[in-house]
Amino acid sequence: MSNHEHTANMKAYTTGFALSIILTIIPIILVLNHLLSKTALVVSILLAAVLQFVVQLFFFMHIRDGEGPRYNVMALILGIIFVVTIVAGAIWIMSFNSQVQ
Amino acid sequence: MQQSISAHVSDHTQGHEDQEGIKLLGFWIFLVTDCLLFATFFAAYAVLHTHTNGGFTASEFNVPNFIIETFILLISSFTSGIAVLNMHKGNKKGLTQWLIVTAVLGAVFVGLEVKEFMDMAAEGATLSQSAFLTSFFSLVGAHGLHVSFGIFWMIGILVQLSRRGITPVTKRKISMVSLYWHFLDAVWIFIFSVVYLMGVM
Repeated sequence: MSNHEHTANMKAYTTGFALSIILTIIPIILVLNHLLSKTALVVSILLAAVLQFVVQLFFFMHIRDGEGPRYNVMALILGIIFVVTIVAGAIWIMSFNSQVQ
Repeated sequence: MQQSISAHVSDHTQGHEDQEGIKLLGFWIFLVTDCLLFATFFAAYAVLHTHTNGGFTASEFNVPNFIIETFILLISSFTSGIAVLNMHKGNKKGLTQWLIVTAVLGAVFVGLEVKEFMDMAAEGATLSQSAFLTSFFSLVGAHGLHVSFGIFWMIGILVQLSRRGITPVTKRKISMVSLYWHFLDAVWIFIFSVVYLMGVM
C-alpha cells in the first residue's frame, strides 16, 4: 500500500477545497447581483458546476490513483453518457408536449 | 529459497490488496449507477419545474438557507478527506475525530434541510401541491436520505474502528464512506446549481 503513489495529500485537498469554494461563490454572486442576461447566467452556472465536479473528481475522489486498466474511469464515462442521455433526452422529447396536446 | 518465500509473501499481500481493490471498484460502480437514479429525478425536475399549479414557485426558495447548506456539505467533504489522510498516516485518533466532525456537519445539513421542508410545508407547499413540488421534494429528498444513510454508516464504521483499529478492512470501509460522501457533495453541486440558483435567478 505504501509504495502506491497517492494523490491524497493535504495540499491536494486544500487546493480542491479552495477551488470548490471559489466555483461556488462565483455563481452565487452572479445570481444575487443579476449581473448577466438569462442565457449567459444559465451557461455560467452550469459551467461552474461542471468545473467543480471535475475539481472534486481529481482532488477529492482521486480518479488518477491506482495502476493498470482504469475501470473506474470507464464506468464513470459510461455513467456520464447515460446521465446526459436521460436528462437531455427527457428535456428534448418533452419539448414536443405542446405540439401533441 | 529465500527469494521464493519473499515472492510468495509479496504475491499473497498483492492478492489481498487486489480483493479490497475490487470491492472498492464495485462500490465505485454502485456510485455510477446511483448517478442514474439522480439523473431520472433531475430529468423529471427539468421537465416539471414550470408546472407550479399557481402555488409555490422556485423563485421563493430561502436563499441564505441553501447557501449555508452548500457550504456545510462542502466543508464536510473536505473534513472526510482529512480523515482519510489521517488514516493513511495511521493516526487513529485523528481519523476518529475528523470522521465525527464530518458526521456532525452532515447531521447539521440534514437538520437545515428538514427545517426548510417544514417551513415550505407550513406555507402550503407540500409534496402533492404541484408537479414542480413533487419533483423538487423527490430529488432533494432522495439526496437528503442518502446523506442521512451516510451518517448512520459513518457511526457504524466509527464503532468498528474503535474495536478493531486501522486494519486493511476498516481502511477499505473508510475509503468507501469517504468516496460516498464526496459523491453526495458532487450531486449537491448540481442540485444547488440547477434547482436552487436557477430557481431564484
